[in-house]
Amino acid sequence: MSDANERISQIVNEHDVVLFMKGTQLFPQCGFSSRAVAILEHCGADFEGVDVLQDMEIRQGIKAYSDWPTIPQLYVKGEFVGGSDIMMEMYEAGELQQLLQEKVGSAN
Amino acid sequence: MAMPAAEIEALIKAALPDATVEIRDLAGDGDHYQAIVTSAAFAGKNRVQQHKLVYEALGGRMGGELHALQLTTTLPN
Repeated sequence: MSDANERISQIVNEHDVVLFMKGTQLFPQCGFSSRAVAILEHCGADFEGVDVLQDMEIRQGIKAYSDWPTIPQLYVKGEFVGGSDIMMEMYEAGELQQLLQEKVGSAN
Repeated sequence: MAMPAAEIEALIKAALPDATVEIRDLAGDGDHYQAIVTSAAFAGKNRVQQHKLVYEALGGRMGGELHALQLTTTLPN
């Protein structure tokens, strides 16, 4: 478990925007992950997608790491932002674009 | 694996007694729900903390027994 924590911590610190998801950016394997990818693409954000279906340690570990029971999960600059519902609410309110702009300068 | 809407509502209300819970069975399969939860307990909390309160109320079923719950949390007017 601590190995998973270390790996996750490394991933979220190495990349400005990280989406832990089921499937890949091109082929999401779940409706919620697909929605999360679409939102980030609409924001014009470059992000690192981590396919948890390919990595059981991270799939389980990320839930404990974030204290969040579901996937997808979005991290910006090492901080947990939320799952796809929160991403959608923030996107609709313009808050996600603002956050990305402020933290990484990559939103449209 | 499916979980009836009434059970979801009862679990949320047990943890957040003042809550108004509106549940829709999105796919009609007892497995893909949307819930709108309104409670004064969300005051002063950010979205992540609000959602966590609901997940805690569901006692670990989220992501397991309960596969898909699209969640919206709001404060009472």
